[in-house]
Amino acid sequence: MEISIIALPLIASIISGFFGKFIGDRNSEIVTSFLVTISAILSAIVLYEVIINQYQDNIVIAKWISSGSLDVNWSMKIDPLSAVMLVVVTSVSSLVHIYSIGYMSHDPHKPRFMAYLSLFTFAMLMLVTSDNFIQLFFGWEGVGLCSYFLIGFWFKKDTANSAAIKAFLVNRVGDFGFALGIFLIFYLFGTVNYTEVFELIPTIVDKNLLFLGININAIDLICLLLFVGAMGKSAQILLHTWLPDAMEGPTPVSALIHAATMVTAGVFLVVRCSPIYEYSELALNVITIVGMSTAFFAATVALVQTDIKKIIAYSTCSQLGYMFFAAGVGAYNVAMFHLFTHAFFKALLFLGSGSVIHAFKDEQNINKMGGVWKKLPYTYTLMIIGTLALTGFPFLSGFYSKDAIIEFAYLRGNTTGYYAAGIGIITAFLTSIYSWRLIFKTFHGDYNNKNIKIEETHESPLVMLIPLIFLSIGAIFAGYTFKELFLGYGGINNFWQESIFFLEPLSTDHPPFWFLVLTPILVILSIPVAYYLFVKNKNLSNQIANVNKPLYQFLINKWYFDELYDVLFVIPSKKIGLFLWKFFDIKIIDGFGPDGISSFIKKCSLKANKFQSGFIYQYAFVMLLGFSALLTFLIVK
Amino acid sequence: MNFPILSSLILLPAVGALFLFFTRSNKENNITVKYVALFTSLVNFFLSVYLWILFDQSTSEFQFVEDRVWIKDLINYKVGIDGISILFIILTTFITPLCIISVNNSIKNRLSEFLIAILIMESFMIGVFCSLDLVVFYLFFEAGLIPMFLIIGIWGGTRRVYSAFKFFLFTLLGSVLMLIAIISIYWISGTTDVVQLYELGIDAKYQNLLWLAFFSSFAVKTPMWPVHTWLPDAHVEAPTAGSVLLAAILLKMAGYGFIRFSLGLFPVASEIFTPLIYTLSVIAIIFTSLIALMQEDMKKLIAYSSVAHMGFVTLGIFTIQQQGLEGSILQMISHGLVAAALFLCVGVVYDRMHSRLINTYGGIVSIIPKYSVLFMLFTLAALGLPGTSGFVGEFLILMGAFKDNFLVAVIASLGVIIGAAYMLWLYKRVVFGKLVNSDLKQMVDLNKSELFILSCLAVPTLFFGFYPEPLINTIEVSISNLIKVYNFNLISN
Repeated sequence: MEISIIALPLIASIISGFFGKFIGDRNSEIVTSFLVTISAILSAIVLYEVIINQYQDNIVIAKWISSGSLDVNWSMKIDPLSAVMLVVVTSVSSLVHIYSIGYMSHDPHKPRFMAYLSLFTFAMLMLVTSDNFIQLFFGWEGVGLCSYFLIGFWFKKDTANSAAIKAFLVNRVGDFGFALGIFLIFYLFGTVNYTEVFELIPTIVDKNLLFLGININAIDLICLLLFVGAMGKSAQILLHTWLPDAMEGPTPVSALIHAATMVTAGVFLVVRCSPIYEYSELALNVITIVGMSTAFFAATVALVQTDIKKIIAYSTCSQLGYMFFAAGVGAYNVAMFHLFTHAFFKALLFLGSGSVIHAFKDEQNINKMGGVWKKLPYTYTLMIIGTLALTGFPFLSGFYSKDAIIEFAYLRGNTTGYYAAGIGIITAFLTSIYSWRLIFKTFHGDYNNKNIKIEETHESPLVMLIPLIFLSIGAIFAGYTFKELFLGYGGINNFWQESIFFLEPLSTDHPPFWFLVLTPILVILSIPVAYYLFVKNKNLSNQIANVNKPLYQFLINKWYFDELYDVLFVIPSKKIGLFLWKFFDIKIIDGFGPDGISSFIKKCSLKANKFQSGFIYQYAFVMLLGFSALLTFLIVK
Repeated sequence: MNFPILSSLILLPAVGALFLFFTRSNKENNITVKYVALFTSLVNFFLSVYLWILFDQSTSEFQFVEDRVWIKDLINYKVGIDGISILFIILTTFITPLCIISVNNSIKNRLSEFLIAILIMESFMIGVFCSLDLVVFYLFFEAGLIPMFLIIGIWGGTRRVYSAFKFFLFTLLGSVLMLIAIISIYWISGTTDVVQLYELGIDAKYQNLLWLAFFSSFAVKTPMWPVHTWLPDAHVEAPTAGSVLLAAILLKMAGYGFIRFSLGLFPVASEIFTPLIYTLSVIAIIFTSLIALMQEDMKKLIAYSSVAHMGFVTLGIFTIQQQGLEGSILQMISHGLVAAALFLCVGVVYDRMHSRLINTYGGIVSIIPKYSVLFMLFTLAALGLPGTSGFVGEFLILMGAFKDNFLVAVIASLGVIIGAAYMLWLYKRVVFGKLVNSDLKQMVDLNKSELFILSCLAVPTLFFGFYPEPLINTIEVSISNLIKVYNFNLISN
């Protein structure tokens, strides 16, 4: 049964991808959605078993690579951590599959789209259920590939193609670090299986390595290298540039891959490797700092963007930052909790925005929307629920997970902890402002679209709304229902068992009361503020932007990361490539090598040719010269 | 084993070629000629598969050995295989029939001569991979040049003569030194029998020079940086089938030579020159990847990527680690499949549009979808995506290299990023995007034989990506024995 959770999406993908033409569009959609839904139901059963009966298993499917001491299997590890991920991945995936039936109804390539979605689900499941680092890497690159396919799904759009390549390459930069991390693990332990590696970690606590001239603790180095991979996949600052561009893909893709599942793989990796990270203070601090920087950076950029999907993309980036700093302060279970709740409300927001884009016939600019809340009542309500959950409005799911993150950062009790908590609160406020800006600009105010009349905008069909309703249930109740299970308040149960490792038990203190209510108050206050800024007195927000022109430019250009990378990496690579080819290969190697030698020989033989003139007097003259030279030589000698 | 199976493998294609030689070709019997060649190569393929079935994986001894006196007291015709060579033989017999099927679209004149060249080439290549005598090896190794020279020079493109001579000059230069080295070995040890030489060992004081002489030949053939510049020219001018043979098999001779002779005969020198190989490999990986990024000609791009991939191979060989060496062999097999497929992919569009320039194309995915799917698969295999054969080799090589030298592994891993860049960018510019060139609308999708050839290459590419065990099991014992002997010789010297 367990294996079929992974196998069904693969089968779905093969059927739809290779036989889509024969079975038709509608059947492809039904087959893929049906099989992935079954997979979701089975996953729920597995999670139930894990919760109730502490069920754990490690199923070996087949041998993969065995070379010397390296022994890697295709396997399926079931423990609380992977069971949670199974449920997140398959449930969101099945809802997105169903939603896509409506959203892609006008697209000529439906079977291909569904095949990619299912293939992605398969790769993601391989990633989360692996029992070793190499299968994890397989899933890791596999989801990257599907992301590449889906971002570039509309292959005629040049921007989509470039975004797809960018996503793949930036991820490869991350994977470069990740792969080196795996090599290092293999170098130190001679194995890449989780259980064996985790058991051996305490034995090398004091081991130092000389790596590229730097003397560094071995565990620190493993953690940092693996984290580079996590940064790439989870779009953390420095390696985040691909995520906003990835919005070129169809919206269901953004919901599934770039919000709920793939981008959280980095967080999953860190949590999965908690037995390693717990021994590395340095790496945990780095994760905290990167996480909170990303959370803050992305929130500031989201404030000024005008593309509805890019706002949500930056929001995702920012929320991933929260997850990382939760992990960085050692609260892995809280990171997983936020990952879990985030999957629901962020998928809801993305699919909701897809419904809006659908209503406006592919318009994505929020300045060209507005005033349609009565026309799109369901979408409006669902988007409101998503926004409330995202901003952490009391008693919705985001409230429980985000506040827990800020609390644990505070309870960490060191400088980075306090700092992270502070940034966390500010970012929560910013999150709330940009989220409500999106809602108000999209649904309230005046109708601003010149291309289509307001009467033409229409509510989405049921097949799109039903998945949204399911997700909104998750967005409302997931936090309240699962908080005991994930966070284990009061030590009621230990759901995570060995899948998450704490060197020292998490603090069970409570922060002061004023601290607890600070975030919710800010979040609630931000609603009228946003309403005033973006609906009541629109000029004010424009004025603020005009007064702080440089800052505004800085934000709207996303801190100039893309431009910087172009100058630093892209252009030099091309120039060096051209130089090495045109100058080094052609001028130097060939010029002095074969071409040089052959032209040299040719020249010599031309010279020699001239001697063979055929004139007797020339020969006689040369003979005379030679003879006299020989004679002189003999006499002088 | 009484039946001389290896000699049959070597001779069969030559017999087929001889048969073709006596059938005068003309328009009518072109098809007959092709079937004769195809039949011969297929028989050879099945024979080699049978050989693989008979092959005993549990021993590192040479098997199916045939030893006949050729010139008394001087040279023996000695052939035999172990786990390292058998895979290359199967690769050769697998690729050759595919090449023969592929010729219908590209070769218009002198078909029978072309097929003769291919079959003769197959004979020589199999000879290279199973000869156990240095002189016999040298003869096969160098004779392989001649059919390739003719294939480029007669059936090539516009600059075929320049390319053919460049190819010939480069490769010959190295071989002369190797010949001298082989003669010296005979003077030093009194034999050119590889098995005996393994047992006798060669005095450490001679090893450096001998190693360098072999190296000069293998480096050109690999090709390693900076003697790689003949490869892009040769590939660009060669007809598709020629490029396929060149990339899939000819380049593997050198990698095989490094393992069999450089490591096997000169361990002391190999140890000394490992830094040299590392440096050149890493330069090859980074430099040629960057160059590949900027190519405008598809064949040149793939040729440069071949140099980078072979850089990984040489890197892996000289790690002298189980993972590195096994990775190298897997990488060579995988490159044999994938580079062959990529050149065939270029050939497919070239046959239709008569242009290899990337900017001729763009937006052809909806016109020729089957082609696009297969081309995508091989693109992914070339950039080493997990689940394709390209990944297993590359990853094992880097793993082995990391054990030996952090810096080298780190720089080589950077090549993996650039590899993804040039392959995906190539694919994007050729297949995706808007259809600008309206001539492309007339392109027809893969015909049956093209689809068959590419599928034949796609199946093992995927299969060995998910399940490389059959390959690894075949080479495992031989490789671990090689490393054992290598380390033993190193200590005893």
